[in-house]
Parts: sequence; C-alpha cells; structure tokens
Amino acid sequence: MLALIGLAVGVVAGVLLHPTVPPELAPYLPIAVVAALDALSGAARAVLDGLFDDRVFVVSFLSNVMVASFIVFLGDQLGVGSQLSTAVVVVLGIRIFSNAAAIRRRLFKA
Amino acid sequence: MTHPKEPPRPGSPQLGQRDRGGGGRRSAWQILGRALLPRFSRAQATAALLCAALGFAAVTQVRHAAQADYSGLRESDLVELLDRLSQRTEDLSGQNLALETQLRELESTRGQAEAAAQATDERVRIQGILAGTLPAEGPGVILRVYDTGVRVTASTLYHLVQELRNAGAEAMSLGDTRITASTWIADGVQGGEGVIEIDGTAIFPPYEFRAIGDPETIEVALNIPGGALAVIRSAGGTSYVTRESSLTIEAIAAAPTFEFASPVPEP
Repeated sequence: MLALIGLAVGVVAGVLLHPTVPPELAPYLPIAVVAALDALSGAARAVLDGLFDDRVFVVSFLSNVMVASFIVFLGDQLGVGSQLSTAVVVVLGIRIFSNAAAIRRRLFKA
Repeated sequence: MTHPKEPPRPGSPQLGQRDRGGGGRRSAWQILGRALLPRFSRAQATAALLCAALGFAAVTQVRHAAQADYSGLRESDLVELLDRLSQRTEDLSGQNLALETQLRELESTRGQAEAAAQATDERVRIQGILAGTLPAEGPGVILRVYDTGVRVTASTLYHLVQELRNAGAEAMSLGDTRITASTWIADGVQGGEGVIEIDGTAIFPPYEFRAIGDPETIEVALNIPGGALAVIRSAGGTSYVTRESSLTIEAIAAAPTFEFASPVPEP
C-alpha cells in the first residue's frame, strides 16, 4: 500500500515540480526508468511468492539502474550507444514480461 | 517499524505466509491483499521511497520525451541528423538552381514569343491596310463626281486615283470597291450603254471616292490647276470634295493569291 502511495507521490511531484533533465543525464534516464520497472516487477513477483525482502529490493533496484546506465555509458564511449541501449531495453523488457507472466500464473493459475 | 533487520531467511513472515497458503490461488490473492493493507514497516517504507523515485523519474522522462526536441539525442545521432539535413539542403538548393535557370529560360522565351507575336500583329495590320483586306478608318476626304450629260471616262477616274495616291492617300475606295495595287478601271458596255467597270463590277454615277490621308493635302492636290478635277470640269462633269475628320472605309478587297511569286527566303 505504501508503495502505491509512494508511486503516486512521485508522479504528482514530477508533474508539479516540472523538472528538466540535465543534458548529460538525458540518454540514461529512460534506461534507468526501464531498469527500475524491471526491479519493481521482480519485487511484485517476490511478494506473491512470499520471498519479498526489502534489502534485496533496494539492492536490486539500485544495481539494476546503475548497471543499465553504465552499459549505456559504455556503449556511448564505444560509439555503439544507441545499439547497446536498444539491447538493454530488450533484455529488461524480456525480464519484465517473464515477471509479469509469473505474477499472472500465481494469481490466475494460467 | 521493526528495526532490527537481521538476515530474515528462514523465519521471515513472507515465507510463513506462503507456507500457510500452500500456494493455492486463494492464498496468492490473500498475499496480495495483505501486501496492500496499509501497514508501516521498513520494507513498505523503502519500497514506497523507491517507487516514488521511479514515478518521479518516469514522469520526468515522459515530459522530456514529449518535448520532442533534440536535447535528448546522442552526439552520433545528432551528427547523422545534421549530415542528412545538410545533404537534403544541398539537394534542394541544386534543384532550386535548376528550376530558376529553367524559369529564366522560359521567361526569355515567352518575352521573345510575345515580341514576335506583337511584330506579327503589327505587320498583319499594315499589310491588311496596304492590301485592302482590312477596313480602315482615319481622317480623309469624300469626293463625289457627277456625270452631267458628258461621259466621264475610265481614264479620267484612273487619273483621279493616281492624283489621290500622289497626295498621300493611304487607303481608298471607289463605290463599294476597295482600291488596291491590282485594281483596274476600264470602259465597258452593259445593256448597250457604255459603263465604267472597276475590277469587273459596273459602277454608275455619282462616283464616290473615299480616301484616307491628310484631308488638306488631298484637297489642295485635287484642285490644282490642270489637275484631275479640272479635267472633269472641262469635260462637263461636276465634283464635290468634303473633308472628313473621321472616315471609315468598309469596303475590303479579297486577299490576293500568288501563283508564281513567293518571298525570297531570308538569309
């Protein structure tokens, strides 16, 4: 419950505060968001499995974001930034899908 | 607010919950419901914090993407865009140049065509008046010759025509016939009586000349002593000359067709 409230508070804050993205962070923010979504879906799955652990959640959330951003940064340095960010998005997308499938199986037995 | 958070592996409440539920469908929903209960624990608090960060970042990114400007693009993408743009600019300016050249060519062609058409029009008007194929108007004189008893002969009328030409008449008609370079006047016979024929048409007195030219010059020339009108008077005829500031010659001649003569081609 608090998680949903936190999400809502974050969204409202984003809408109200009108933040601008610093240009040097612009390539990493979308990847970081997708990585965080992956961590969130993993956490939801863990909740349903009864395996949720907040420390695991925090660590996986932060490491996901950091690793994804680092990969994109590395890609930018190597000159394959756009391809690598595509790769990261694809991988994270697959993970989000499999987590969603697991949650669905737990909830609906289907 | 249960702070002592030691490794909670085996005895964690979550595990216990799952064990109790036995993995059934109902229990999954129960777990979900319990997770959604407004409880305050450290786990909930950290999850809320991270979710807030995620929401904030997501909204920021969505707004950023919605701006759809180039600030979010990578350097390589920007370079590629710039390359494509300059390539396109080059193509378009090349096209522009070609089209402008074409436009200029077409305009000069049109100017030439217009000038040629104007010259042709002008020539057609001049030729039409010269050849008598167009009606003419302008200042001039009307000359009527009355045949009182004594016959006016064709050669007298012919002299009159020559006199008018000498006086600068530019277009002339006799009766309903336009006088051109090839007009002929002759004495003829019709129904046993002598008549005057002009281009094969018999005409009868009074003979009406219409001539376009300087009225004053023509009148003076006609009345010159020993001139054409003097000859008519001495032959017993009478004539009247009236000056007209505006005179119309409606009679037109058929355009001549040339059987033998053709223009020398221009070098």
